[in-house]
Amino acid sequence: MSRHTADVVIVGGGLIGVWTAFFLARRKQRVVLIEKGVVGAQSSGTNFGNLRLQGRFPGQYPLSLRSQALWEEIEALIGEDCEFAQTGHLYLAYDDEERAKLEGYAQVSESHGLAIERLGPSELRKRWPWLSERAVAATFSARDATANPRLVTPAVARAARALGVSIIENACVTDVARSGDGFAVKTADGGHWNCGTLVNAAGAWAVAIAERFGETAPIVPAGPPQFVTEPFPYLIEPSIQAIDGSVIFRQIPRGNIILAGYPRTVADPVNHRAPVPPAKTLAAMRALARVAPILAQCHVIRVWSGIEGYLPDMIPVIGPSLTMPGLFHAFGFCGHGFQIGPGVGLCLSEMIVDGTTPTPLEPFSIGRFRESVAVSEKFRKEFDGA
Amino acid sequence: MAEIVVVGAGPAGINAAERLCAHGHRVVLVDEGRQAGGQGYRRPSPGLDLDMAALMGTEAGKYEALHARFARLLPQIDYRPQTLVWAVEDRTLHVVQAGVAATLRFDALVLATGAMDKIAPFPGWTLPGVFTLGGAQVALKDQGCLIGRRVAFLGSSPLLALAAAQYRKLGCEIVAIADTTPFASKLAALPALARSPRTLWRGLSYLGGAMLAGVPVLHGVTPVEVVGDGHVEALILRDRRGRGRHFSCDAIALGYGLKPETQLAELAGATLHFDEAFRLWLPQCDADGRAAPGLYLAGDGAAIGGADAAETSGGLAAMALLVDLGSPVDERARLALRRRLARLRGFQKGLAKAFAWPVGQIRALPDDVMLCRCEEVRIGEIRRAMAQQLGPVEINRVKAMTRCGMGRCQGRVCGPALQEIVAGAAGIAGEQAGRLRVQAPVKPIALCVAGEAP
Repeated sequence: MSRHTADVVIVGGGLIGVWTAFFLARRKQRVVLIEKGVVGAQSSGTNFGNLRLQGRFPGQYPLSLRSQALWEEIEALIGEDCEFAQTGHLYLAYDDEERAKLEGYAQVSESHGLAIERLGPSELRKRWPWLSERAVAATFSARDATANPRLVTPAVARAARALGVSIIENACVTDVARSGDGFAVKTADGGHWNCGTLVNAAGAWAVAIAERFGETAPIVPAGPPQFVTEPFPYLIEPSIQAIDGSVIFRQIPRGNIILAGYPRTVADPVNHRAPVPPAKTLAAMRALARVAPILAQCHVIRVWSGIEGYLPDMIPVIGPSLTMPGLFHAFGFCGHGFQIGPGVGLCLSEMIVDGTTPTPLEPFSIGRFRESVAVSEKFRKEFDGA
Repeated sequence: MAEIVVVGAGPAGINAAERLCAHGHRVVLVDEGRQAGGQGYRRPSPGLDLDMAALMGTEAGKYEALHARFARLLPQIDYRPQTLVWAVEDRTLHVVQAGVAATLRFDALVLATGAMDKIAPFPGWTLPGVFTLGGAQVALKDQGCLIGRRVAFLGSSPLLALAAAQYRKLGCEIVAIADTTPFASKLAALPALARSPRTLWRGLSYLGGAMLAGVPVLHGVTPVEVVGDGHVEALILRDRRGRGRHFSCDAIALGYGLKPETQLAELAGATLHFDEAFRLWLPQCDADGRAAPGLYLAGDGAAIGGADAAETSGGLAAMALLVDLGSPVDERARLALRRRLARLRGFQKGLAKAFAWPVGQIRALPDDVMLCRCEEVRIGEIRRAMAQQLGPVEINRVKAMTRCGMGRCQGRVCGPALQEIVAGAAGIAGEQAGRLRVQAPVKPIALCVAGEAP
C-alpha cells in the first residue's frame, strides 16, 4: 500500500472540489484531490450552465457576487474561457401574482447592488419580438452570464494541476478516519493519504463521509433534466426563465437552444443513473413553445442529466464540520452550485488557511440539520417522487 | 390478451406480425416509413411508374411475395405507418404519429428496426453529391431518381456492386466500383461465403456484369479525396499499388456495409456487446431473438443478415414470444428456422470479414477531415482534446468535450469512425473506447409535437 501525505485531501472532483483545490494551491497548500470517476462527470458537467444572480436565496448574495467576480475573470484565472458569456438573464412573469414575486426578487437583488431592469409588455415585445404574448412582465439583469459546464471542471482541474495539485481520477474513497490530529484517507485501489485537513465535496455521495464523523444531512440524489435542440438562427441572447418554474432556456451562438425542465428526477447514485423520463421531455418542449412560439418547428435532438445532491431547504451545506476539527463540508448544492462554485472554493481556502473568510457562510452550516428543517416550497414543487 | 407491438414493417416485422396474427394475437405494427417493405423491399412513391421487377432483378419474386403477404395481413392488424418511435420506458412506447406525440402500451415488444449505412469519412466526404449507398438506393426505389449521371461507388460492401448494377440499368454511367479491402481478404473469406452459394453467386454476377460492361472494379484502394467546387467533380483514390487514380464523376455513393439501428433495443433493456467481425456494438439475444423479458429482436437491427435472414428471424422472434406466452409452436419448424438463420448470419459474418471495415485507414486519417458533420467537428479536435491533461479517453466523455456525435444524428453516422479515432488516439482496442450511450429521443422531434400545455 502506497502512503502519501498532504496538507489537504479533497474528496470529490466536481466543480466545488476543483475550485477549492485551485485556490488552496494558490495559497501554497499541498493538495490531493480524489475523484471516484472523472472530474466534472456528474452535475458539475451536465447542468444548465447558468451564472444567474436573479432570484437567489437572499443569504447567498455576498457569496454569489464574490463568485461572479471570479467568473468574470475566468480566462485570466485558469487560462481557458470555457465559453463564458455575459448575456444577461430575463425573468418572465405570466400574471400579476408572478409579477409581484418578480418585484420581490428584484428588490433583494438591488439591495445587494445589482442593476435590475423592469420591463412591461410593450418593451418586452420591442426588445424580444419573438416572445409570446403570455409574458406580461419581466426583469432583466445584464450581469448574469453563462458558461459551458462540460468544459469548466476539467479546465479548472488542469489549472489546479499546473499549480501542483495532485488529481487522482478513477479512485473510490473507501475509508476516511481520524489519524492523530488529522485524517487518513484510503481508496479502493490501495492508495493511502494522511492529511491535516479534509474537504468533503463528494456531492450526492457526501453524507457517507459526514456520517463517519457523527453528522448527517437529509440529502436527495436527483438529476436536473436537460434538453437541447438542433441549431436555429441565433436570436436569443439572454438566458430566459419563466418564474413559474416551467422552463429555463438559452441559445448558444452555434444556434442550439439548451433548456431545462422541472420537476427534477430522483436519481440512482449506486448504479449512476439519472434518467430523463420522456414525459418530462414533452413537458419541457411544451413550456418552451409557450414562451417562444417561433421555435415550434425546432427539433429537440438530445437530453441528458447528472446526479447531484438536494437538501429539503434547497440550500447547500458549506463550512466546517461541527463535530470534527479539520473537516470541511461543501455539498448539497441543489441545482445552483455552478454559479457559486468558484466563490465556495475561494471561501473554503480562506477558512482552511486563514481560519476565517470575509464572506458570511453561517446560513449554510450543517448544524441546521440538528433541528427539523423546513421543507422549501421550491423543493416540493421541483421534485417528483421525493 | 397480451398487447403486442411490432416496430418496423420490413421483412422481419411483417413476418413476425403474420405469425402472431395466425395464432390469434392482436398486433400493432408501427413503422416509420410511408409504405411497408422496409429499405430493401421499398415500394416506389404512389403514382410513380417504376419497373420494380427490372430493378429488383433476381429478388423480384420475393419483393412481390412480401407485398402480397402484407396486403393480406393488413386487415388483421393495427398498422401505423409514418409513426416514429422516439422513446421506450416502462413497457410504453413514445411515438409521434401525424405530427402528434402519443404513447402505446405493450406487454411484449418485437423490434425489427433495420439498419443504416456504416460510413467512414475521408477528405471531402461532406461535399454535396456524396451520398450514402442506402441513400442512393432510396432515391432510386422511392423516387425513381439517380444521385448523378456519372457515379462512383466507394467503400467496402457487396451492396456497392448491387447498387451499381441497379444504377446502370437505369442508364447511369458507373465510373468505378472501388473497394478498400484487398482482393486477397475476399478470397480468404470464400469458404465462409460458400455457405450461401446462391447469394455468393448473385454478388459475383453483379461484379462480373460490371466488369463485362467495362466498369473499373478496384480492390484494396485508399480513398484520398473528393474534389469539387461546391459539388462533387472527381474522386481521387490510391490503388493497391499506391498509384493515384482520378475518376471524374458528379456523385459518389459511399458505403461500408450496414449498422444496426439498436437505439430502441437499448432503451428497452437490451445489453450490447462489441462484435469484432463487424466492429460494431450489437445487441445480445438468444438464438430466437430474446433480448430481455418481453423484448424480442429481429432482422438487421438484431444482427446484420440481409433480407432473407430478416424474414427468418422475424418468424423465430414471433415463435419465441408465442412460447413465452404459453402457446405451443411447431418445434420442427422452429429448428429449421434456427438452422437457416445460423447459416444466413454465418454468411454475413463471412461478408463482414471479406468486406472489412478499414480500421487502419480510418485511424490514419489526417487531422483536418470532418468527422461529425452535424456539429462540424474535425478529427484533429478529437486528438487534441484527448492529448491534453486530464483529456478524455472514453467515447462519451470525448463527445462531451468535443461535441462529436452530439448533433442531429446523435452519432448514428459518425459513431463507428469516432470509435476508431478514439481507440487509435488512445492506443487501445476498439471495445475499450466504450460505446456512445443512447438517450431518447432517438431521432429529433419538433417542439410542436408535444401539443399545447393543459
